[in-house]
Amino acid sequence: MGLELYLDLLSQPCRALYIFARSNNIPFEFKQVELMKGQHKTEEFQKVNMLMKVPAMRDGSFTLAESIAILLYMVRKFKTPDHWYPSDLQKRARVDEYLSWQHISIRGKGSKLFLMKLLLPLLTGQPLPPEKLEGATEELNAVLKQFEETFLQDKPFIAGSEISLADLVALVELMQPVGSGYDLFEERPKLAAWRRRVEEAVGKQLFQEAHEGILNAKNLTVDMIAPEMLEQFKQHLLKQAQVL
Amino acid sequence: MGLELYLDLLSQPCRSIYIFARSNNIPFEFKQVELFKGGPGTGPGRAAARPSNSEGAGKVSLLKKVPALKDGDFTLAECTAILLYLSRKYNTPDHWYPSDIQKRAQVDEYLSWHHTNIRANAPKTMWIKVLIPLFTGQPLPSEKLQEVMEGLSASLKQFEERFLKDKAFIIGSEISLADLVAVVELMQPVGVGCDIFEDRPRLMEWRRRVEDAVGKELFFQAHEMIFNIRELSNIQIHPQLKEHLAPVLMKMLK
Repeated sequence: MGLELYLDLLSQPCRALYIFARSNNIPFEFKQVELMKGQHKTEEFQKVNMLMKVPAMRDGSFTLAESIAILLYMVRKFKTPDHWYPSDLQKRARVDEYLSWQHISIRGKGSKLFLMKLLLPLLTGQPLPPEKLEGATEELNAVLKQFEETFLQDKPFIAGSEISLADLVALVELMQPVGSGYDLFEERPKLAAWRRRVEEAVGKQLFQEAHEGILNAKNLTVDMIAPEMLEQFKQHLLKQAQVL
Repeated sequence: MGLELYLDLLSQPCRSIYIFARSNNIPFEFKQVELFKGGPGTGPGRAAARPSNSEGAGKVSLLKKVPALKDGDFTLAECTAILLYLSRKYNTPDHWYPSDIQKRAQVDEYLSWHHTNIRANAPKTMWIKVLIPLFTGQPLPSEKLQEVMEGLSASLKQFEERFLKDKAFIIGSEISLADLVAVVELMQPVGVGCDIFEDRPRLMEWRRRVEDAVGKELFFQAHEMIFNIRELSNIQIHPQLKEHLAPVLMKMLK
């Protein structure tokens, strides 16, 4: 039994793992965990990750959660090209720095906008008040500004001249609000150029394939959600909207 | 000019870096940053510092956010990044970030999970019990505190059941970066009077093991300020900082 990756490509960190593994020809078994059907709550999945979150990984008897941990594990086990997690101390530190910062900034605010613009309206049947959406959009804009000014600056990629884990993790997160209808690349040419570079570096086709689901998120309907999960999801997302 | 670490020991991530560096005898210059006394642009918060880098970028404003590291021309923010950089540059003992691929992954796993779980709630205890009353003059919002404590309890339950379990330390028999990052965060509520170790004997034993592993004296020295947090009320807060933070804090109250 080889490497198993438990994924739902609607989830940003799952896309990072999927793209990274495929791009590096890492052999793995894709184990679909459909969040909307509540498959992350099954007993079987809990054996892989008792935190009931995706992504998760199983390699023989070793299980692992948290996308960053899984990405780094794959880097080391499969000895991927150096640029993904450079051996140069300072470049590596730059990657670590981004991966740490992004949790509550890019990931937090991107997720928040997605859930407010698309998920909550889907579950409740009504859009959120415009001032709430404006607020969430402004928060995302603020961290996008920091991203461009502090992390990307005038470099082709975050760590310098080559793509690293930082760029992949960043871009999959930014595609989430795009999936909800906020095209944040539209008036940001520098960011759009960086996005194109990242897509080319991993493979345009692979990138598009991984993002097919999220870019069609607007076509999701509430009957796709397991009825017994509906109330739970609603409560969870309402809380997330406050916390993120 | 050697290694400089910009720290305010009131801040949890600063404490983990301070303890790690001192415990490993890493030579550094302690650059004190006083978050609550600073002028415009200073103040606690999680926004990134502005690192410069060898490819010539923006201005460095290290004094704005902590922790921050400066090593010659190289500057770095983010606690995890700084700890890893120090462990690599100074070749610290293997157990801190084990070379064993699975153990290392378990440290990474904790350090990642930490951000949106323990670190999401533990700091709020200080905001609610000390900072909000101090900065806004509003009384302590006890409902909000209860909400935060419930969230923190849920995280602590997951911490004990999923990460610590029956082991001495998170990855097994030896301390790692994961334990250090966790423990300093949990000392924040303790400092403001929410002793989360009180009803949790297993957690308390783990804390004692961590203290012993880094050195009890060092541990207490690093936590002196947070244990004397009441004195913060007597500090002269810079008026601009107060003005800047009051709306942020009021938002937290909602």
